[in-house]
Amino acid sequence: MKIHEYQAKEILARYGIPIQPGRVAYTPEEAEAIARELGGPVVIKAQVYVGGRGKAGGIQFGNTPAEARAAAARVLGMNIKGLVVQKVLVVSKLEIQEEYYLGIVLDRKTQAPVVMVSTAGGVDIEEVAATTPEKIIKQPIDLRWGLRPFEARNILARAGFPSAVIARGGTILTALAQAFIESDANLAEINPLVLTRDGQVQAADAKIVLDDNALYRHRDYAAWEEPEEANPLEFEAHKEGLTYVKLNGNVGIIGNGAGLVMTTLDMVAACGGKPANFLDIGGGARAEVMAKALTFVARDPDVKGILVNIFGGITRGEEVARGVIMAQQQLPAGLPIVVRLSGTGAEEGRAMLKDAGLDWGKDMRDAAQKIVAAIQAKEKE
Amino acid sequence: MSILLDEQTRVIVQGITGREGSYHTTRMLEAGTKVVAGVTPGKGGQSACGLPVFDTVAEAKAATDANASCIFVPPAGAADAIMEAASAGIKLIVCITEFIPVLDTARAMLVVREHGATLIGPNCPGLCTPGKGKIGIMPYQIFTPGPVGFISRSGTLTYEIVALLTEAGIGQSTCIGIGGDPVIGSTFVDHLKLFEQDPQTQAVVLCGEIGGSDEEDAAEFIKTMRKPVVAFISGRTAPPGKRMGHAGAIISGNTGTAQGKVAALQAAGVPVADTIFDIPDLVKAALAKKA
Repeated sequence: MKIHEYQAKEILARYGIPIQPGRVAYTPEEAEAIARELGGPVVIKAQVYVGGRGKAGGIQFGNTPAEARAAAARVLGMNIKGLVVQKVLVVSKLEIQEEYYLGIVLDRKTQAPVVMVSTAGGVDIEEVAATTPEKIIKQPIDLRWGLRPFEARNILARAGFPSAVIARGGTILTALAQAFIESDANLAEINPLVLTRDGQVQAADAKIVLDDNALYRHRDYAAWEEPEEANPLEFEAHKEGLTYVKLNGNVGIIGNGAGLVMTTLDMVAACGGKPANFLDIGGGARAEVMAKALTFVARDPDVKGILVNIFGGITRGEEVARGVIMAQQQLPAGLPIVVRLSGTGAEEGRAMLKDAGLDWGKDMRDAAQKIVAAIQAKEKE
Repeated sequence: MSILLDEQTRVIVQGITGREGSYHTTRMLEAGTKVVAGVTPGKGGQSACGLPVFDTVAEAKAATDANASCIFVPPAGAADAIMEAASAGIKLIVCITEFIPVLDTARAMLVVREHGATLIGPNCPGLCTPGKGKIGIMPYQIFTPGPVGFISRSGTLTYEIVALLTEAGIGQSTCIGIGGDPVIGSTFVDHLKLFEQDPQTQAVVLCGEIGGSDEEDAAEFIKTMRKPVVAFISGRTAPPGKRMGHAGAIISGNTGTAQGKVAALQAAGVPVADTIFDIPDLVKAALAKKA
C-alpha cells in the first residue's frame, strides 16, 4: 500500500528521525494559518501517490503566510500525472547545504531488506543506479537482529558521507531500518536526507510502501488507505475483495488463478483483442462471487464484451455457469459473453450455459477468438 | 524415480482440522499419498480424516517418523508453522498459504536454511508425482506418469498446461508449483538441479511469469544442463508497476518484464512457447532430440 509523504514522516517521527515541523492543509486558508504558526518561510508540497512532484510544479515556496496561501492555491487542484492534488504538506523551509540518499528495499534475491545509501541525494535514485552505480552502497540487513548502529555507520562511511553526518546519519539509518521492519514495509526512503547550513541532519522527504499482507497487524496504517483517483474501480474492487487491475482495452477478462488470468490476457492480445482488465476470482469461487465479478467488470464503460476462463479444480463448472446466468439480468443487454470451462463440472456447466443461450469456447484460444470476433462484429453494427 | 516426493515420503498436514486442510488431506489420501498425521495446536489426541492429530510437529514426527509437511495454516501463523516444521527436523515443507507477510517468510527462510530443509511455496499449489501421490492442492486426475519435469510459479496455469501435455500423450515425472510470492523457499534453479540428476526426467518445462529475475537465473543454469528445457512466460501484456494477482508478479522499472525473461531463456538456447498450445510440440521435439 502506498502512503503519502506526511504519513511516511509520521512513521519516521515515531522512531525519532528528525523531520521539519509542519502539517497537512486542505485549503489555502489552512495553509496560511499553518505558515503563520510555523513562522518564517515555508514549503508547500503536493500530497499525491506519484513521483516527480517537483518537476510538475507540485512543490512551491512561500516567504510569508500570504505567499503560502497563494502557493497552496496554485498547488491544490493541480493535476499531476492524472492525479488531482487534494491536500498539501506545509513545512518550514530548510537551508540545505548537502543532500544524501538513504533507502531500504525488500530484495527478492537476498530474501532480506537491503540498505542502499548514496551521497548523490535529492535526485531519482534509479537514475543514479543507471548512470553512476558506484555511488550507491548496498548491504542486506540480517533479520535476526536488524541493522545495528555500527553497521549503519560503516555503510555511510563506505559511501563517503562526511564526519559531520556519520553519527547522526547512522542513528537515522538504524531507526529507518527499525521502522521498515516493524511497519512491514516493502520500501522506505529518505530522499533527500539533508545537512542544513546550521549543521542539523533531517529527513526532508520520505517515501514508504507497506506490505498489503501485513496490514492486518497495522490497523492504524491500514486506515490511511484512500482511493487512487486515477483508478476508482481498483479501489472499489479491493473493498469488495476482488483481485482486479484496470487495463486500457475493451475485453473484460475473468479467470481463476493469477497465472491463468495473465495468460488469458496474453491470449486475447495474440488474437487481436485488447484486455480491459485483470480479474482473478481465486480458487473455489461460488456462483455469487462469479456473478459479482461479472457485474463488476461490466461497470467499466470501456468493456464491450467479457471472457470468462475457468480451469475447474476446486472451482466447479456448474457454480461458474450458475453465476454467469445469475449476473446476466444485471448486465447491459446484448453485451457479448464467452465462457470457457474445463475440469470439474465443465460438462454440466456448459449444458447450463447452452440452455441459457450463452456462448462458450472449447478452449482458451477458441474462447478468446470468439469474444474478440463478437466485439468486432458489434462495432461494425 | 521422481524428485522430492516418492514412496518414502511420509506427510503430516499442519492445519488438518481447518476446512481447506481437511478437504485436501482427503484428496491427498485418495491420490495415494502417505499422509500419516495432522497437527493442530489444542486438538492433540483427536482425529481428522482418519488420522491422529497432534498439538506439535515434534510430537507428530516422533510418533509417525514423518519426513514432509503440508501447511494449510492461515497467513498470520503460517511462517511460524514453517519454522516449527523445520525446527522439528522435517526436510520437505510445502506451504500452500497465500497472503503471508513477506518479512515473515524471509524470517522463516533463515530457520529453513539453518536446518537444511527444503521449502516449496508459500502461495503455491504444492507438488505432484503422478502414480505416487501429491502434496498440496493440485487436481490429481489430470496428471499421468512420464518423462517430463514441470516447474511453475502459477497454480491453475500448471493444471492447464499439464492437461495439454497429458492430452498429447506426454507424461510427467514430478510437477512443482514454486509459488507466486516475491520471497519463496525454492526457485527454478533449485528444482532444475534435481531434475538434471533424476533418471526418470528426460526434459523439463519451466513456466515463469513477470516479476523478479528467477527466470533469468534459471537461463544461466540451463546453459550448464544436459537435459533440454522448454519454457513459457505469462504476463507479456502486463503493464509496469501493477501487481498481477500474485504478490510477486510485478514489473519494477525495467526488471521483471516478460520480454526480458523470454530473451534470457532464448539466449540460453531454450525454446519459448508463444502460447501454451505450442508447448506439447516443443516438448515432443525436445524429447525426440534427446533420444
